[in-house]
Amino acid sequence: MNHDIVEKNIGLMIVGIVIAISFGGLVEIVPLFFQDETTQPVAGLKPNNALQLEGRDIYIREGCVGCHSQMIRPFRAETERYGHYSVAGESVYDHPFLWGSKRTGPDLARVGQRYSDDWHRVHLINPRDVVPASIMPAYPFLAENKLTGKYTAAKMKALRIVGVPYTDEDIAGAADAVRGKTELDAIVAYLQNLGTVITQKR
Amino acid sequence: MTSFWSWWIILLTTTNVVLVTWLLFANRTTTLGGGQTTGHIYDGIEEYDNPLPGWWFQMFVVTIVFAVGYVAYYPGMGNFKGFGGWTSLGEYQEEMAEAETKYGPIYAKFNTMSVEDVAKDEQAVQMGQRIFSNNCSLCHGSDARGSFGFPNLTDGSWLYGGTADAIKTSVSEGRKGQMPAWGAVIGEQGVTDVTAYVRSLSGLETDADANQLASGKKVYDATCSACHGTDGTGNQALGAPNLADNSWLYGSSPARVAYTIRTGRNGVMPAWKDIIGEDRVHLVSAYIYSLSDK
Repeated sequence: MNHDIVEKNIGLMIVGIVIAISFGGLVEIVPLFFQDETTQPVAGLKPNNALQLEGRDIYIREGCVGCHSQMIRPFRAETERYGHYSVAGESVYDHPFLWGSKRTGPDLARVGQRYSDDWHRVHLINPRDVVPASIMPAYPFLAENKLTGKYTAAKMKALRIVGVPYTDEDIAGAADAVRGKTELDAIVAYLQNLGTVITQKR
Repeated sequence: MTSFWSWWIILLTTTNVVLVTWLLFANRTTTLGGGQTTGHIYDGIEEYDNPLPGWWFQMFVVTIVFAVGYVAYYPGMGNFKGFGGWTSLGEYQEEMAEAETKYGPIYAKFNTMSVEDVAKDEQAVQMGQRIFSNNCSLCHGSDARGSFGFPNLTDGSWLYGGTADAIKTSVSEGRKGQMPAWGAVIGEQGVTDVTAYVRSLSGLETDADANQLASGKKVYDATCSACHGTDGTGNQALGAPNLADNSWLYGSSPARVAYTIRTGRNGVMPAWKDIIGEDRVHLVSAYIYSLSDK
C-alpha cells in the first residue's frame, strides 16, 4: 500500500485517526446512554434534598473525591467491608458522578447511617479526635461557614434540565431549607444519605 | 440490551478487527522494494521503506488472535454471552459461596454457643476483635476505650447494661440516647446549680456552697430524677447515665456538664444487624463482653 498518501496529507491523516480512535467510544460508551441498567434509577432512589445537595457540592469543593471513592466493586473483599456492591442505577441522579478512582481513605458509597451524626461532626472537625492514626485533613471551618441558599434553587433547576426529578415545591423551598445551616450540617446530611437505598440483608 | 445495540456493538467491533487486520497485512509489502530509500533526507539521515520486522508483525497477529478468542470466550459481543459463560456477578457469587463453605461452619459453631461462652473462646475473640477493628473502632477506638461522646467499653460502666444480652441488643439494634436540652426550661441559674449538684454526687464539686447545692438538688429532683434516678445512679432501661460514678461520656468539668444540661446530647449507636449480619454481631458482642468480664 502506498502510505505516502496519508503521510503527506495531514488532513486525511486526521480523519483517519478520528475514525480509528472512535471505535472504542462508539462500542463501549455510546450504548450505555441507552440501557435501562444505566439510565433508570433503582427502586426507591430519591434525588438529594436541598441540604444534601449543598453537602454534595461541599464534598466536591473540598476534593473529597480525590481520596474517597464511591464505588464498591463486586469482590468479596469489598462487600465484606463496605456492603452491597454499587449498581449503576444508584448514580443516575449524580451529575457528575463521584465514583472516584483513588482510595487513600475508605470507600464512602455506603457510609450513610453507618456512624452517628455526632461522629461525622467530630471526625470532620478533627479526624484525630476519633481515629488517632487518621491522615485525613481537618475541616474545622465547615462548622463556622453558614449557607445562604443563594444558588440552591438555581442548582436544582439546572439538575432538573438534565433529568433529576425535582418538583416545583422542592425548588421553591430550597433556599429556606438550607439558609442558616452550616456547611458541616450539609455535608453530614449528604454523607448520611449515601448508599442507603440498597441495604445489605445478610 | 435491545438487538439494535447488540448488533451495533457486534458490527463495529467486527469492522474494527477487520480494518486493523487489513491495515497490518496491507503494509507487509513495500511500494519501492527492499533496500531502496524514499529519497527523503534530513540531517543526513535517509529513510528506507521496509515492512515491519517479522517479530513485530507476529506480535500484532497474536493480539488480533487474542482479541478474537477473547470476545468468543467472554461476554462482549452485544448480547452474546461468550462460550465461557463468565459473568462478573457469577464470579462474585462463586467467591461468596467459597467463603461460606470455608467460614460458615465456624460461625455456625459459635452461633450455637451463648455469648458468655463464645467470649471464653480464643479464636472467637480474635475474630471478634477483627470485626471490631473494621467496624466499631472508628468511634470506640481501636482499644475500645472510646473517646469524647463515644463510650469506653472496657471500664465496666454501661449505659444500657453490660450483660451479654444487653450488649448484643446494643450492637444489633443500635441505641438512641436522648438527653433533652434543659437550658430554656430551668434557666441559666438552674443550669449552674444543677451542674454543681450533679458534680457533687460523685464528689467532684468542691467550690459550691450548701445553698447552691440545695437549690441544685431541688431542680434535679423536679427535672432530672425521672431518668437519672433520685440518687443519680441512672437507669439502664432508658440509657440514662449513672451520674454518681466517675465515668463521664461528655466530660466532667463544670463547663462540659453545664453544656450537656443546657443544650442536651444525642448519642446514636447505629444498628449493625443489617450491615455486618447476625453471625458477626454475635462474635463482636462476645469480644466486647470479654473486654470487661475479667
